[in-house]
Amino acid sequence: MKPWRNPGLWLVLVLTAAIGIWPALAANKAYSREVAFTILKSVGLAASLNMLLGYTGYVSFGHIVFFGLGGYVGFYLMSVHNAPLYVAVPAGALASGLLAFLLGKAILRLRGAYFALATIGVNEAARAFIKNFEPFGGPIGMSLKFTVYKAYGGPDQALWIAFASLAVVTMITILVSFLVKSSRFGLSLLAIRENEDAAEVMGVVAPNAKTWAYVLSAIFPGMVGVLFFFKNGNIEPPDAFNLHQSIETIVMVMLGGHGTVLGPLLGSAIYQRLRGLLLVSPLFKNIQLTVAGMLLLIIILFVPAGVVGWLRRRFPRLRRILE
Amino acid sequence: MTEQTQDNIILQVRDVSKRFGGLQALSDVTFDLPEGQILGLIGPNGAGKTTLFNAINGVYPPEEGRVIFRDQEITGWKPYDVARLGLARTHQIVQPLNELTVLQNVMAGACFGHERRPLRQAQEIADEVLPFVGLAERRDELAASLNVAQKKRLELARALAARPYLLLLDEVLAGLNPAEITEMVEVVRQIRDQGVTILIIEHVMHALMNVSDRVIVLDYGEQIAEGTPDEVANDPKVIEAYLGDPKLAERLLSGE
Repeated sequence: MKPWRNPGLWLVLVLTAAIGIWPALAANKAYSREVAFTILKSVGLAASLNMLLGYTGYVSFGHIVFFGLGGYVGFYLMSVHNAPLYVAVPAGALASGLLAFLLGKAILRLRGAYFALATIGVNEAARAFIKNFEPFGGPIGMSLKFTVYKAYGGPDQALWIAFASLAVVTMITILVSFLVKSSRFGLSLLAIRENEDAAEVMGVVAPNAKTWAYVLSAIFPGMVGVLFFFKNGNIEPPDAFNLHQSIETIVMVMLGGHGTVLGPLLGSAIYQRLRGLLLVSPLFKNIQLTVAGMLLLIIILFVPAGVVGWLRRRFPRLRRILE
Repeated sequence: MTEQTQDNIILQVRDVSKRFGGLQALSDVTFDLPEGQILGLIGPNGAGKTTLFNAINGVYPPEEGRVIFRDQEITGWKPYDVARLGLARTHQIVQPLNELTVLQNVMAGACFGHERRPLRQAQEIADEVLPFVGLAERRDELAASLNVAQKKRLELARALAARPYLLLLDEVLAGLNPAEITEMVEVVRQIRDQGVTILIIEHVMHALMNVSDRVIVLDYGEQIAEGTPDEVANDPKVIEAYLGDPKLAERLLSGE
């Protein structure tokens, strides 16, 4: 079937677009933009992680490394070399993709828990490296000069541009994750997830397929990172390489349904709304990460397929719409 | 590569040896497989039959010896590189892609085998192969939902969808009932008639003897006999090593 004739694709694209358009129509525009920014950022991270975790079956605790590195490279270009955003974003993607390629060659030989452990090591190593890397500001990080935003028509305009760009990047992420899943390359990833040895015997060149899946999953967080830190105005090692965020991204993918296209989108939206509620509740505000951990535990124990996976299994008729 | 090869020999195995720690799993196994034949591989449990398959298709590279497939030395190649040359295999312990549908499993065979078909053509091939192994009705179910006999057929369908020149079949008859065995033997013959060369491991003796052009016998990794099914069946060494009791052997071979 042609991809654009699949109702499941339109559903995810329309939902993502809706999150992107909502702030422009909302009463409190600046506030809803911030909320939507957080959700779209998570969608981008979760949908890209899903290509590795959900399609290929490799659990990575280091997904945020690509967000951080892309953010740093883009930020460096913008703050030190006055590069425009449309140069910084592809540069961030390129840097993250390149890191994933090199890392992939080294650690994708590991399987299961060993790969997961290696990715934690990568996150910590990246943070330690950036902390001591003077061109990137070392432990203090970097800030954007106020004048930088002038090129975009002032800070307020710049925030909207960052948000609109993020919406576009997220849409592309979702689209790519759909196209990958319905492609021959996607089938090779699914085969690796199900049984890597059998896949190799069938002729799947697993080392290459895994590396490209890893690179693809790294490009999008790189772009999201540049946009996030552009909006933020400053970047520091703890914000860029925050292990919590990697784990939260895993929770979102698992909650929505790993290996599905809609799952990461739904999981991110649900998780971020929940987190928003918990953060303002006096009872839960200090233990919201505990709630995330509990949530992950409950999902893995009772609904390992996530919301979308569960719906697909329970109502087979929905399979045409819920990709 | 300097070795003289006859045109119609599809697979040459030369002095292949493999050790696992102190266990000599294969020692100096040597044979030729002419194109279009069915070569049976028998031997008691642990004789090294599956290890030989693994050494041929690259799952474990052999320590010594050479494997030449279609005039190309493939010793120590990765399984995917071997698959891409047109060699497909099934597994003794079935290896379905559980969470994918039966159709997707078979499509994967066509997509990544030596013809490397695009998805749409792979689907057409899968839809041809599935009725051939009797899984057409199960097309859209998850592979995990099949029973063992069906999973064996799925293995076969997946290997066939790759349109291989050489097919390694590892106990496709095990666990099947007599009616299913007859059916499956017929399927194997039809595959051969389509021009696919077959190397087959089987414990169901009368079926194997029936279908094979030649038979090789392994015992403790050594090749103790090779010949037509009749020659092998009457070889006293084989009877002793493989079955222990000659009278029992006769009874088994006559299918009583």
